[in-house]
Amino acid sequence: MQWDIVIGLEIHVQLATKTKIFSGSSTAYGAEPNTQANAVDLAMPGTLPVPNEQAFRYAVMFGLAVNAEIERRSVFERKNYFYPDLPKGYQTTQLERPIVGPGYVDIDLANGETKRVRIHHAHLEEDAGKSLHEDFHGMTGIDLNRAGTPLIEVVTEPDMTNADEAVAFAKKLHGIVTSLGICDGDMSQGSMRFDVNISLKPKGSDTLGTRTETKNLNSFRFMEQAIAHEVERQMDILEDGGAIVQETRLYNGDRDESRSMRTKEEANDYRYFPCPDLLPVEIDDAFIDEAHNSLPELPDARKVRFKEQYGLNDYDAGLLAGDSQLAAFFEAAADRGKDAKLASNWVQGEFSARLNAEEKPVADSPISGEQLGDLVVRIADNTISSAGAKKVFEALWTGENDSVDAIIDAKGLKQVSDTGELEKMVDEVLASMPDQVAQYQQESDPKKQKKMLGGFMGPLMKASKGQGNPKLFNEILVKKLGG
Amino acid sequence: MHNKSVAELSRELESGKISSVELTRQFLGRLKKEDEQLNSFITITEEQALADAHAADEQRAAGKATPWTGVPFAHKDIFCTNGVATTCGSKMLANFVPPYDATVTENFRKAGAVCLGKTNMDEFAMGSSTESSFFGATTNPWGLSQGEKRVPGGSSGGSAAAVAARLVPAATATDTGGSIRQPAALCGVTGLKPTYGRVSRYGMIAFASSLDQGGTMARTAEDNALMLNVMAGFDPKDSTSIDRDVPDYTATLNEPLEGLRIGLPKEYFTGNLSAAMEEQVRGAIREYEKLGATIKEVSLPHADLAIAAYYVIAPAEASANLSRFDGARYGYRCEDPKDLLDMYTRTRAEGFGTEVKRRILVGTYALSAGYFDAYYLKAQKVRRLIQQDFINAFKDVDVLMSPTTPSPAFIQGEKTSDPVTMYLEDVFTIAINLAGIPAMSVPAGFVDGLPVGLQIIGDYFSEARLLNAAHQFQQVTDWHQREPQ
Repeated sequence: MQWDIVIGLEIHVQLATKTKIFSGSSTAYGAEPNTQANAVDLAMPGTLPVPNEQAFRYAVMFGLAVNAEIERRSVFERKNYFYPDLPKGYQTTQLERPIVGPGYVDIDLANGETKRVRIHHAHLEEDAGKSLHEDFHGMTGIDLNRAGTPLIEVVTEPDMTNADEAVAFAKKLHGIVTSLGICDGDMSQGSMRFDVNISLKPKGSDTLGTRTETKNLNSFRFMEQAIAHEVERQMDILEDGGAIVQETRLYNGDRDESRSMRTKEEANDYRYFPCPDLLPVEIDDAFIDEAHNSLPELPDARKVRFKEQYGLNDYDAGLLAGDSQLAAFFEAAADRGKDAKLASNWVQGEFSARLNAEEKPVADSPISGEQLGDLVVRIADNTISSAGAKKVFEALWTGENDSVDAIIDAKGLKQVSDTGELEKMVDEVLASMPDQVAQYQQESDPKKQKKMLGGFMGPLMKASKGQGNPKLFNEILVKKLGG
Repeated sequence: MHNKSVAELSRELESGKISSVELTRQFLGRLKKEDEQLNSFITITEEQALADAHAADEQRAAGKATPWTGVPFAHKDIFCTNGVATTCGSKMLANFVPPYDATVTENFRKAGAVCLGKTNMDEFAMGSSTESSFFGATTNPWGLSQGEKRVPGGSSGGSAAAVAARLVPAATATDTGGSIRQPAALCGVTGLKPTYGRVSRYGMIAFASSLDQGGTMARTAEDNALMLNVMAGFDPKDSTSIDRDVPDYTATLNEPLEGLRIGLPKEYFTGNLSAAMEEQVRGAIREYEKLGATIKEVSLPHADLAIAAYYVIAPAEASANLSRFDGARYGYRCEDPKDLLDMYTRTRAEGFGTEVKRRILVGTYALSAGYFDAYYLKAQKVRRLIQQDFINAFKDVDVLMSPTTPSPAFIQGEKTSDPVTMYLEDVFTIAINLAGIPAMSVPAGFVDGLPVGLQIIGDYFSEARLLNAAHQFQQVTDWHQREPQ
């Protein structure tokens, strides 16, 4: 049987406010447990929440960036459940009246088409603390540093039909929130967490199947794997004539396994009701206008600009513009390097490969866009060969030296581009290889001839101690052999 | 000295006839002796009080005195006091010492007042008799001479009994459905529940957040005004407090009442109100006529729905507010929990008393899937209707007057087995909290030797007018000066 896959996402985005959503505690990551939790965060008796205006500004900016309606009057509710990392015994969140209403995001598909993914709503809420199950000898430790960190939870419509689309949407959203500067986007620290709702239905059917929710995926790779895993699991069940149980599942990326966390029957009755400690949030035109005016360039607009300003093709522009840090890195490299296409190749090639290999975000790159730009300059002006450039890149990355020119000098990577000198070397090499020269000159197929040129390059590079400009060698060879 | 009002004590201190240390010693001596009978205090902070009195005397010597500098008073044990146990009348918080002050506490501290301790209350302010306190019931000083142990009302029964017995001239209190006015009435003292949002709730342990309001209790209206001067005002730590100028509530106490339009809600003069009670209240209203007020009967058509709506909304909010008492971070934790669920269930089963558990259950039920619309949403609709009743009434009159309670103080234990009868104690006070408007209870006579309270209800932010009306009444009556034997 053929199946349609239906995917909807819920994304928790940690807002990069300095302080928590309802208290003055710092939100900085990585502090000693419970050093960033004050009386309000600990839910001490009699303490009260005070809303952080910056969280509302960020939520409104997000709403505007995803073409959504901003609700003029949003309401916080209490979601009641007991858990040790939830100090009040309820989470303050929004349900009936979220701050961001329906909107949409357009994503680029691999086939070059654009797809619109609708956003159902996005609401503001507070994060919970963390339960620490290790190092406490059978007990559980509680760290409330994260409790009260502002989140927006973005809920999409079930508009995605495969893992690629879901990942493309997730990356797009990552690009939007990091471009807005409302989230640091660091998924390894939980700054963005994805829940994936998946169901299958017979191909072409109008009726949605029973869905499962796979929670807390914190990398694009895990998300892709988890979707593949869950689609396969559901397909196996359905094709064996079984039924999908509506449930929440946990995916273990390291083992590519998932297990049920709770079924619908086991789900809590959260007993939502409006939080009487917080007045409804009134947002006026002036506040929205101010947020609108503070919007930075977003990925879609940046992509258009990259095409115009740097002459990039659609694919390159989309890829580089999608991530604000990568975009900024590229712009620094291109502006310094004066050759945008070359800068783009290096950013997407060597640089991205290296980041991926070391699982580093752009922000943690040991080299700057300007340094890569310097390298681009030396490639473009033929000072170094591409092989030499890779050596320079390596030296920059490992921190051997931070000046491109100093590395070139130290490693003797400067190409010989003096044509007189190069011609002399070519003459010597050709003279030492009469058979190959004769063979070349008898060949009538220019393609084969081109291939045969490679045979002279090795000895030439050897003769020039690797410093001869290969491009010039090539030109001289063609001229001399063809003569 | 113990018979003097805050205003009088303030003048004594200012004149230098007595120091705050001397005054505090006198009050503490009396408090420790008399309270053995009453149990109106949970904690007496003798050392801290004497240190504060000493500091107050220095403050006065430095010429920096406020009307409160060096004046003894007490806090209801619902207001967090930095470094002093704050129990809310519960086993759950019997060991809880907050590392912070409630805004109300901080305000009195800044004013230089000397807190003698924390007064008894119904557990988590849930009750009308101060019998549900983990620290034992408080006894009403009235009735003791007849050999009877009567309730002081509740939940602020400790504050009311202490003020009535002259253990302190004034005490803070809170009112969620009548918890200031009913005990004030039953103990023959003057109490004010301000407009919702007038006094910060920060550090005041929550029962029902949309109804809770801190207020004042003293023997005279003037002292209530002095208290409110310290307590009222916007607090950035409470986003439901209201940013609005605070007048000097003592400045308008002596305005004449000529032309004051008084409405009598007919629904508040029916039901189980005894003839003797009604006669006392009508007598008080005649005094107002003599002072130049006009009287008019008005109607609050949805009055009979108030108790039902309240007992959905208040428990619903309480069920969430009390979830934080889980044994994880502070307060009571059961012995040797075997796992998380065991810790939760035993901590809460052992830490909360019967009435608190009853309300958590009622509130949880009212918010549950399938019942939410029928209970919680319906109650909120009723709440708006009740609010509208008052708004309509105040189009024609300046204040409303009624009995505060249907009957005087009852014998301890009489109503503990029947929660609904107990809930009816607040039949005339509860709607005021649902509407969020201010109201007072003023001593207005006696029935069988027990005090009767007159309730004066005002429009939003009309505290100054209520205090003025109460003060003028107290210039021509002496019910508020009567002392229990």
